[in-house]
Amino acid sequence: MPTKDTAATRYSGLSEITTDNVKDLRVAFTFSTGVNKGHEGAPLVVGGSMFIISPYPNIVYALDLTRPGAPLKWQYNPKPDASSQGVACCDVVNRGPTYSDGRLFFTTLDAHVVALDAETGREAWNVKLGEINRGETMTMAPLVVKDKVIVGISGGEYGVRGWIQALDAADGKSLWKAYSTGPDRDVKIGAEFKPFYEQDRGQDLGVATWPPNAWEIGGGTVWGFTTYDPELDLIFHGTANPGPWNPNQRPGDNKWTNTVFARDPDTGEARWAYQWNPHDLHDWDGINENILVDVEWQGKTRKALVHPDRNGLVYLLDRTTGEVLSANFYHPVNTHQGVDLKTGRIKINAGKYPHENEVIRDVCPTAPGAKDWSPSSFSHQTGLLYIPHNNLCMDWESTEANYIAGTPYVGAEVRMHAGPGGHRGELSAWDVVAGKEVWTIKERFPVWGGTLATAGGLIFYGNMEGWFKAADARTGEVLWQFKTSSGIIGQPTTYRGPDGKQYVAILSGVGGWAGSIVSGDLDPRDGTAALGFVNAMADLKDVTTKGGTLYAFALP
Amino acid sequence: MKRLPPIAAALVFLSACEREDREFRPSPVAGEGDAAIALSSIAPGPGGTEMRADTGKAYEENAYHLSEGKRLFTWFNCKGCHANGGGGSGPALMDDRWIYGGEFQNIVQSIGEGRPNGMPSFRGKIPDELIMQIAGYVRSMGRHVPMDAAPGRNDDLMPRPSEHRLPSSPAVTGGTVPPSGQAPQ
Ligand code: HEC
Repeated sequence: MPTKDTAATRYSGLSEITTDNVKDLRVAFTFSTGVNKGHEGAPLVVGGSMFIISPYPNIVYALDLTRPGAPLKWQYNPKPDASSQGVACCDVVNRGPTYSDGRLFFTTLDAHVVALDAETGREAWNVKLGEINRGETMTMAPLVVKDKVIVGISGGEYGVRGWIQALDAADGKSLWKAYSTGPDRDVKIGAEFKPFYEQDRGQDLGVATWPPNAWEIGGGTVWGFTTYDPELDLIFHGTANPGPWNPNQRPGDNKWTNTVFARDPDTGEARWAYQWNPHDLHDWDGINENILVDVEWQGKTRKALVHPDRNGLVYLLDRTTGEVLSANFYHPVNTHQGVDLKTGRIKINAGKYPHENEVIRDVCPTAPGAKDWSPSSFSHQTGLLYIPHNNLCMDWESTEANYIAGTPYVGAEVRMHAGPGGHRGELSAWDVVAGKEVWTIKERFPVWGGTLATAGGLIFYGNMEGWFKAADARTGEVLWQFKTSSGIIGQPTTYRGPDGKQYVAILSGVGGWAGSIVSGDLDPRDGTAALGFVNAMADLKDVTTKGGTLYAFALP
Repeated sequence: MKRLPPIAAALVFLSACEREDREFRPSPVAGEGDAAIALSSIAPGPGGTEMRADTGKAYEENAYHLSEGKRLFTWFNCKGCHANGGGGSGPALMDDRWIYGGEFQNIVQSIGEGRPNGMPSFRGKIPDELIMQIAGYVRSMGRHVPMDAAPGRNDDLMPRPSEHRLPSSPAVTGGTVPPSGQAPQ
């Protein structure tokens, strides 16, 4: 799986490549995906094969690692409906395939889930779970838990009613489906549901916290990385922003958008939930990674869940109950004052409330948040979390949104710009228990890809200019870097090759929401292009061009 | 010298007249589809491509139609995919590069029939007359329309220089490959 383990630590025990010898790292082989859109996927290595999936048209390639140059073993083209490209809000990305028991599972932009025989590339099953005519697409990497393939729907900018679903890994049959909005029955809230905070208790809150029927087009899509704790037998997943972005059209807490759920993987029944951002004001999807680690907290070992949210806080939760242990800022924020630990509720700064038709300036963080989907890693060696993130603020005006199925349901004019300091991205090492930053690397552009931590004491990540870097996990000193052909927004992988050597692999290929100015040829004169991201990225065109290539590195 | 002001005033008056020229009762069944429109600038044999029948002058030179087009561009959620012309999930419309042609009738067809890589077909959803108004407005984004007819300042957050202040269709860097041209099959 792209997350390395079901706890999503992205920490590898491989230690052949170390802080001492990483300077000798060199290219072992490359591979062109032939696609010019944003490559957010993770190369996946199982046995002697590497699997990669391209952005739309979601071609899956298997490379044979046992032969020199890793030649193509097979490819599979699901031929997704071309029209799906129009209803993908933020470039036509895909976040990777998942492997389990001889099969490869992945989603397609036109909302299919496909299972392939990993050896031959032959299709085992292919099910359609969404309607692009209603704006439903799929971009996430599935998670396989006990013979179930867990997937969710994208389309939060199109008024899609979000859901998460478990499919039978054998044949793709739906085993359960839980919506993010609507009556408790649909959300799979029943007798076992015990949220920690008062704000999350009550009947049918998925209806009661909305204007009449607004929950039917209320968003709460599910497109982040799902995690699983086998001991507690719980899966954890986030839900995305409510629709539309304009909050004036949906008074109420808008449950269960921007929420983390703990669910029973067999039935889908919710055990607890916690809403990060009730009544979302700025498109703060709650889908960022929920990394499962055990920490020493005030003298006791706690089963924790670490979550760097779009709202600029790193949360430490007790994953058995949903209690917030701490929530600390990792990004400049002027829209709220953090979480009231007694009630669990975020304290909003009324001065930045986006009233309709009023331009509010310098709102930090922005719509993509302090950090978007880009997954952090957690090193068991240093005990630190490595967070790739943005440093952005924005001007925002809420405008009236019309719901027309299959078209965007947003209602906001947004224009982003660099945050304090002028740099637009950072990679930060974070002490999860102390709740503070240990070191940070400033980047010119948002760090839009994932990070990888290794037992060699290294952190790997890429930047949007195309540099792939290895930093010392303890100090943040960049020890090695290599300039790839295009900006990097992918997730690094490390693996032991069939020859016994350690490799590090990354997909280069700029795009994603942040990079769509290049992958979509957008016009930088319009600051509101790409939902306002272009204003902050106008110079990206001067630095990189599009094109997807896989790079694998090894020591000589 | 003394004669100039009345002349200037008359000029202003006259051009203002032109700006406000409206057709109050548009034909309820305006046909959009009968104009022969080439999607390519080449044709076999001598003579080149055929001329376009309706160049949309009536819409493009009329401030009322253009401002209506601007309102409808937001109303029908074009903006959600194309932003204020700079693009998003859909391509930029304010630049000088067109996948399916930048003539008035090309744009009318793009809106009415849809385009394969994600442009919805609005035929039957937006009345023909309004599609023409929107198409005229789309042409104003790259200022392919007369300056005095193009819309002025926004009431909302200013995303970019307003349409009437843009230079006519300047070039921008970047490729012109349509999404369909990028997919290996
Ligand atoms: C769901 C997103 C979406 C909506 C809504 C949408 N478009 Fe598009 N539009 C696209 C995409 C994607 C393309 C590119 C299609 C292709 O390449 O085949 C496109 C193409 C176009 C083109 C052709 C551009 C060229 O370079 O030839 C025009 C003109 C256009 N759209 C205008 C509009 C107008 C006007 C509206 C509102 C009535 C609108 N669009 C609504 C996504 C959208």
